[in-house]
Amino acid sequence: MAVHNNRLTAEEYEQHFSDIHPPFETRDAALVEANRCLFCYDAPCTKSCPTGINVPKFIKQITTDNLKGSAYTIFSSNIMGGGCAKVCPVEKLCEGACVYNLMEEEAIPIARLQRYATEKAIQEKWPLFERKPSTGKKIAVIGAGPGGLSCAHALSREGIDVTIYEKESKGGGLMTYGIAAYKVTPQFCQDEVDYITSIGGIDIQYNKELGKDFTLPDLQQQYDAVYLAFGVGLARQLFIPGEQLDGVVDAISFIYEIRNNGFPAVRVGDQVAVIGMGMTAIDAATQAKRLGAKEVTLVYRRTQQEMPCTEAELNIALLDGCKIVWLAAPTEILGEDGKVSQLVCNLVKLEDAGGARRQPVITDEQIILPVDMVIKAAGQMPFEQLVYSHQLSNDHGKITTTCNGVTSIAGVFAGGDCVNGGKEVVDAVQAGKDGAKAILEYLQNERC
Amino acid sequence: MADISANFLGIRSPNPFWLASAPPTDKKVNVLRAFEAGWGGVVWKTLGSQVKNVSSRYSSVNYNGSRVMGFNNIELISDRPLDLNLKEIAECVRLFPDRAMVVSLMADNNRESWHELIKKVEDTGAHGLELNFGCPHGMTERGMGAAVGQDPEIAARVVEWVMGVATTPVITKLTPNVHSVVPTGRAAVNAGTHALSLINTIQSVTGVDLDTFVPNPNVGGQSTFGGYCGPAVKPIALKMLTTISQDPVTAKVPISGIGGISTWKDAAEFMLLGATTVQVCTAAMRYGFRIIDDLCDGLNNWMDEKGFKTIDDFIGRSVPTLTNWEELDINYHIIAKINQDKCIHCGLCYISCEDGSHQAINLSYGKPYNTYTVKDDECVGCNLCQIVCPVDNCITMVEHRRGDEYLNWKEFQRRGLPLNDH
Repeated sequence: MAVHNNRLTAEEYEQHFSDIHPPFETRDAALVEANRCLFCYDAPCTKSCPTGINVPKFIKQITTDNLKGSAYTIFSSNIMGGGCAKVCPVEKLCEGACVYNLMEEEAIPIARLQRYATEKAIQEKWPLFERKPSTGKKIAVIGAGPGGLSCAHALSREGIDVTIYEKESKGGGLMTYGIAAYKVTPQFCQDEVDYITSIGGIDIQYNKELGKDFTLPDLQQQYDAVYLAFGVGLARQLFIPGEQLDGVVDAISFIYEIRNNGFPAVRVGDQVAVIGMGMTAIDAATQAKRLGAKEVTLVYRRTQQEMPCTEAELNIALLDGCKIVWLAAPTEILGEDGKVSQLVCNLVKLEDAGGARRQPVITDEQIILPVDMVIKAAGQMPFEQLVYSHQLSNDHGKITTTCNGVTSIAGVFAGGDCVNGGKEVVDAVQAGKDGAKAILEYLQNERC
Repeated sequence: MADISANFLGIRSPNPFWLASAPPTDKKVNVLRAFEAGWGGVVWKTLGSQVKNVSSRYSSVNYNGSRVMGFNNIELISDRPLDLNLKEIAECVRLFPDRAMVVSLMADNNRESWHELIKKVEDTGAHGLELNFGCPHGMTERGMGAAVGQDPEIAARVVEWVMGVATTPVITKLTPNVHSVVPTGRAAVNAGTHALSLINTIQSVTGVDLDTFVPNPNVGGQSTFGGYCGPAVKPIALKMLTTISQDPVTAKVPISGIGGISTWKDAAEFMLLGATTVQVCTAAMRYGFRIIDDLCDGLNNWMDEKGFKTIDDFIGRSVPTLTNWEELDINYHIIAKINQDKCIHCGLCYISCEDGSHQAINLSYGKPYNTYTVKDDECVGCNLCQIVCPVDNCITMVEHRRGDEYLNWKEFQRRGLPLNDH
């Protein structure tokens, strides 16, 4: 048993990490599906999209060969509509609400059609948006993730000059660094960022970190307003013995490494346990398997009913051959020579506590999984210190805002994961739009 | 099993499905394949003076991903040598004596030409003749086809010439490119035609290519009006058929119905409105002769379900139910009812009623699913919501009579009853 890298050939890596949701091969194939759309009024799919994309409209536009109009419809609600078409858990959003589900028929493949309509726009850099003449107003945005980019784009359209400060060397945030590689490629993430910034008026300063390279007061002095969209990032600790052993990693760092260093460079064990059952846990487990781990086991303290990931995600893990141990709480990681050798879990049973949901109770019964790698995916923590040190009003490190991202500091706005604690890309995009709206109102009032 | 055989003026066929005069019936190899597949009869592609065709010849209207909702052509009558056609017709009659062989004709516009052509055709043993008074392109410029059918006097004259020599049943095919098919139909019947067939194709432009700016079909950068057919023309054909079925003069002769017939259901509808046989072209051009199986099968099963033993049991049955508007019962009133268990909340009924009809559906907001209910007092019973609803039997139209007695518009006016106040 050993944790090492370079387990596969180049061909195997390519095969394992190829696009899990391939696009429509032809226009005809897209049209067959697009023509199935009923063109619902006040459509449930649109209502279930956090950014409110007018889905029936963009699909109708595909059927009339108005692909530019279709791309515009998508991007005007969600500037990351291209990436969201690949990473959104659509089965619980638009596609989950498609009325065909109520007819026991296959839902319209909205994500795939959205990809069809947006991919060309990004590849060919269609100039769908025009920036208004510069107003001379300057805004700083912290973080070039979905929230920051969305806010920046919305502001730039209104003639605001935006500078984004990004601590990493690439844009896209968790889209680039935190999502399974078989959903979005690094190249796509780069193309998407380039497409968004092609409107002009958006300058991204890479490798510049708030609290390290500059402070919030610095920005408040130089800019008319500041938008905080620095996300979450710290992996939640398990607080069990053995967490410091060699071979214990957190899922965020593991995925970051895959996305940043390339597949062959990433070390993975023979027998891997992944703790957690959220989207990130699935992304870590499936990618560990795809990197060449012989056995990957997901360990979750509750049942399938409570799991945070969607059924579609669970199925990806199962199809990849990952094992699942339900109702098991990790209590200790054991090691040999400083390296992980076993994961000890206490079994959990559910007891009726009078309420609707049965309460999990940890029993004395233990199971021991022989493992050489443990990936922790028990959730992410806000950047507490950063938030505390700037005296931003917060809830356990999550910045608290009134509507549309207004924080406790005048002229400072916030949105996305650093406010909500970690949601989908599409939620962050909407937060960015809301923030931009609030900033524009703030600038308007200032002027009067 | 019902008997679906047809007897059209003594021309017998094992089923009422004939292939219309068109490319599928222009040569022996096609016609034998059609007979082998089970078609009841054919109308051989129009014979007449020698012509030359162009390329391309067809174009179509596609709608929401469905191809060939409508179809048009600029092909002329048969461009093969007459003698070859005649020889092949005789062979087909010999090989399949139980199938109807009708030959479509369009001679030059003089008595001698018609007489000569008819004699040659009757020598083949064909069972009947169909006079092509309907071709809307190419031949009209020479005073033939629709040019004849559009003028009752000319039509009558040609029919008289034909009746002077014809010894087999004569069917006159009518053009729809007129405000009413009845005048020419009457003229033909008065001149002695044994039967009528309709409709021929409708003059049309199916569309314009948005890259080349040339309408379809493109013949080297130009186009010309073509004859429109296919499923899209069925409603127009049914209306014209009904006017022929209801006119006291034209109703005296049997009718062969044509116009967008693709399924047994279409055929049954044509027959209910007075057609004794039906002719099919576009559907066979699109899918091949194999569609005959379901045409026969479906008609047969439907007849069994309805208790019809022969096609005569239902031919013309729906004709009396089509009446003038002023005869309709104003007291008959229906109201839409939405079955909430079946509703999928697509909102199509709501938006069509709200924007397109009488604002009679209520939207109660829900996320993501709204609830839609009918405002009974506002509903005029127009059917629009039921038509657009994608779920079968989700919306039903329930009868709520305004009064017990039958009350038509004439009587309504005579009594001076009140009109709407909104």
